[in-house]
Amino acid sequence: MTISVLYALVGVALFCISLYSVIVGPDPLRKVLAINVMSSGVFLVLVSLARRAPGPGPDPVPHAMVITGIVVAVSATALAIVLIQRLHTAGAPTAAEDPGDDS
Amino acid sequence: MNVGEPDARSPLYRVLLAVVTVSIFLGLTFAILSLPPDAAGLAERVDAELAATGVRNSVTATLLHFRGYDTLLELAVLLLALIAIRAIRRGEASPPRPGGEILTVLAGLQAPAMILVAGYLLWAGADAPGGAFQAGAVLAAAGVLLVLAGVQLPQRTDGLQFRVGLIAGLAVFVGLGIAGVLASSAFLDYSRLGVRVVTLVLEGGAAVSIGLVLLEMFRSVLGGSRAPRKASRSMGQLDG
Repeated sequence: MTISVLYALVGVALFCISLYSVIVGPDPLRKVLAINVMSSGVFLVLVSLARRAPGPGPDPVPHAMVITGIVVAVSATALAIVLIQRLHTAGAPTAAEDPGDDS
Repeated sequence: MNVGEPDARSPLYRVLLAVVTVSIFLGLTFAILSLPPDAAGLAERVDAELAATGVRNSVTATLLHFRGYDTLLELAVLLLALIAIRAIRRGEASPPRPGGEILTVLAGLQAPAMILVAGYLLWAGADAPGGAFQAGAVLAAAGVLLVLAGVQLPQRTDGLQFRVGLIAGLAVFVGLGIAGVLASSAFLDYSRLGVRVVTLVLEGGAAVSIGLVLLEMFRSVLGGSRAPRKASRSMGQLDG
């Protein structure tokens, strides 16, 4: 097992841990954070599998896709956070404030 | 919690979900381990076509030339997200908060250097790791530093110059794409336009736009966290 395969497996683990958190996590902000960790896992898989190319450098195409993906992930995160703030201003109770939620 | 939605807190639900995610992990692990250890992917094809792009860094060439549509649409996604954010925030402005003295002095020293680094990354991107995204990220970081230090930015963010900066990347991309249609009858085909110049113009526009859009997103999120809960609605005003 080469080191790049190990990195890819770490990426898969990150993806699965945060998938669990996205579904179970009670708070919207926590879900957004989990989705961010999830996308980091996907990027890690792509970047490390690109290293399997023979020669001095990695396969550039997955790297370019990851750069694109990072920017889209940042935009989606910013939009999600502003939507959560809007929910908060509108007075929707978040899980952190809900006294019935003790998880 | 809605009726009919499974209760996320019940232990059985969590155990089942853990079983499902562990199965996904095992399946993906098996898939990755069964991949061939050496795979050229598209690296050889990219290297073969690299000379035609006038760029020596294969990632930059892929972003701007081989997968140009991807980058074009990505700039559109950035702009679209910012438009949505501005529509949600409805022009609520965050008053500049004075930063500490050390932070203000340090930000004043660092911001010019960061702009210089962004320019270097942009220029070096043609031949070495770097390029529009990295330069844009450094530009945005310089702006974030200034905002955190409480420095009043010289441009109003709803002013004309700022807006032109926001759309510069997308506008340059589409403009050069259409120029490609006129020169060689294919959208985003720069082969008759002087690829080196086209690359630099595209990267410059994209870097400015990415930097400004990311900075504006940060300011929107920051402004929302500081807006008082009650007053935010009356502060809302549409501009432009």
